[in-house]
Amino acid sequence: MTESKNEKILEVKDLRTYFYTDDGVVKAVDGLSYHVNKGECVGLVGESACGKSVSAMSVLRLIPYPPGVIVGGEILFKGEDLLKATEERMRAIRGDRIAMVFQEPTSSLNPVLTVGRQIAESLELHRGMDRKSALAESVKLLALVGIPDPQRRIKDHPYQFSGGMQQRIMIAMALSCSPELIIADEPTTSLDVTVQAQILEIIADLRAKLHTAVMIITHNLGVVARYVDRVNVMYAGSLVETGPTEMIYAEPKHPYTLGLLASVPRLDIPEEKSVKRRNLRVIKGLPPNLARLPKGCPFAPRCDYAMDRCREEKPVLETVGVDHLRACFYDAAKLKRPV
Amino acid sequence: MNENNGHMVDVQNLVMYFPVTAGVFRRKVADVKAVDDVSFSVRKGETLGLVGESGCGKTTTGRCILRLNQITSGSIRFEGQDMSTMKGSALRRMRRHMQLIFQDPIGSLDPRMTAGDIIGEPLLVHRVAKGKLYNEQVDELLRMVELEPYMAKRYPHEFSGGQRQRIGIARALALRPAFIVCDEPVSALDVSIQAQIIALLIKLREELNLTYLFIAHDLSVVRNISDRVAVMYLGKIVEITSSDELYSNPLHPYTISLLSAVPIPDPVVDRTRKRIILAGDVPSPIDPPSGCVFHPRCYMAKDICKEKKPELRHLGDEHWAACHFV
Repeated sequence: MTESKNEKILEVKDLRTYFYTDDGVVKAVDGLSYHVNKGECVGLVGESACGKSVSAMSVLRLIPYPPGVIVGGEILFKGEDLLKATEERMRAIRGDRIAMVFQEPTSSLNPVLTVGRQIAESLELHRGMDRKSALAESVKLLALVGIPDPQRRIKDHPYQFSGGMQQRIMIAMALSCSPELIIADEPTTSLDVTVQAQILEIIADLRAKLHTAVMIITHNLGVVARYVDRVNVMYAGSLVETGPTEMIYAEPKHPYTLGLLASVPRLDIPEEKSVKRRNLRVIKGLPPNLARLPKGCPFAPRCDYAMDRCREEKPVLETVGVDHLRACFYDAAKLKRPV
Repeated sequence: MNENNGHMVDVQNLVMYFPVTAGVFRRKVADVKAVDDVSFSVRKGETLGLVGESGCGKTTTGRCILRLNQITSGSIRFEGQDMSTMKGSALRRMRRHMQLIFQDPIGSLDPRMTAGDIIGEPLLVHRVAKGKLYNEQVDELLRMVELEPYMAKRYPHEFSGGQRQRIGIARALALRPAFIVCDEPVSALDVSIQAQIIALLIKLREELNLTYLFIAHDLSVVRNISDRVAVMYLGKIVEITSSDELYSNPLHPYTISLLSAVPIPDPVVDRTRKRIILAGDVPSPIDPPSGCVFHPRCYMAKDICKEKKPELRHLGDEHWAACHFV
């Protein structure tokens, strides 16, 4: 069964999602390619407005039109191109084969329905269960994600749960039809660190139990270090680096990845009190306006290593190691992670 | 009058209860014990970090010091003067010396005012500057937070999150305060922008000789900027010590579990690290647990913790913790 381990469950090829606004064409996703293997946990990392959420929404074809249009590329889910699928077919896939956990549980749950009803909904739709057995299944799901006294709690409304509990409900909902892929969009961003640790443990546990592939989207490289097998780093609509987790953290080969790693304060090493040294490790400037991307490499204006060539020509992903690719012209051997 | 031994702010037995009312007559039925008997001091020129999960009362503590909330009991002294009973113009004069930087860079800026108006408003309110001097000061403030003077004419929505937070910082600096409460100033920002804002706050502290109370829920952020750190849980301080000591030798089980929950951006280190996952959520501050408030979630709890409230005990050089077993 070795070949099935590397079977690609999701493959995104040269995806381009543009938003046509009064301000011009916002190229939120521009030439993005990545894949997720069966049962694998992948991290998609990048700053706000780099297109990571839009790319996830594109996979489920949830881009609001207008102004958003998927203008090109392929999204292959088990070989089937989702961009060519009918709306009816998409509805059968969403929530059943591919499930999504959204960033803000408070605004993603329906405030006027009990949580039991909300979890049962997808079971009724996709599994054809009647209300009673769907609710019974919901109780099991709530127990699975660690909500105490689930029998009673399914009759509660979302406001009666804390943020962490609401996120567990979102996960229970995503799991309800045992999907083959779960996309978790910043699942812990609005939560406290102690609760964040609980939620990530739950996702890791369930993945081991149910062999579901998971894609975690986040802006904090620290969050995913422990859990993911591969990391995709995204900047201004496309990948700048991708590789096995160990390689990305130990030997990042793109200046942006280096900068992201340096921006996360580390608790396990003595800190530098000197202001000057800390300033050196900060990524300068702001993420670019996606409606007015500079010519050449989009990261060049913020990059410490930028050369003339970077401002003229956009680099493409090239292999720098086993399964390790990056889009940069700078000499890979000279890029070192600061300790 | 100078019996404040180098302290900028002294907080003694601060208690802040929010009443919970019910029925037509708004009868008081319970109290939300947001801050429950908290004492600490902030020395001149230092940064005290105040850390804890959502709902532990850290923001309320900050607001009480600025007298933005009417305190229930206790005392607050600012440079030796008792703030807790101050009223009217005396209070307004004191407030000039203390400012607040808010958490939400979108919600705390009036969308219908330009950046320049927002930054300059305190100057007009306190009649510090007008006319040409006013314009000069606004330009100067913008430069201090590394924005350009031409940006004064823009509206908040034209700025990014990090730039908006810079405007909030400039507004706090307008009256040249001695003391600033920074209430989660970076928690709404991306990691790369967080690092920029922290670096700016450190630079300003050095240049303008500021004293900060830095409130955050993220221990790794606080460490960067603080000289001392206080950890709060359910309205109480459970541990307070120097920043170096807290991170190398945490004593209270709550601090230990908080530290272990912070992820480390290195898979090799992070996977081998022992992680203590706290069960459940923070209990309701309306009806806090008996004895030690942390006992229902504590991995060290014994019978005594349910009955007896632990006091903050002195456990060596500037290190205080409230636990029966340390």
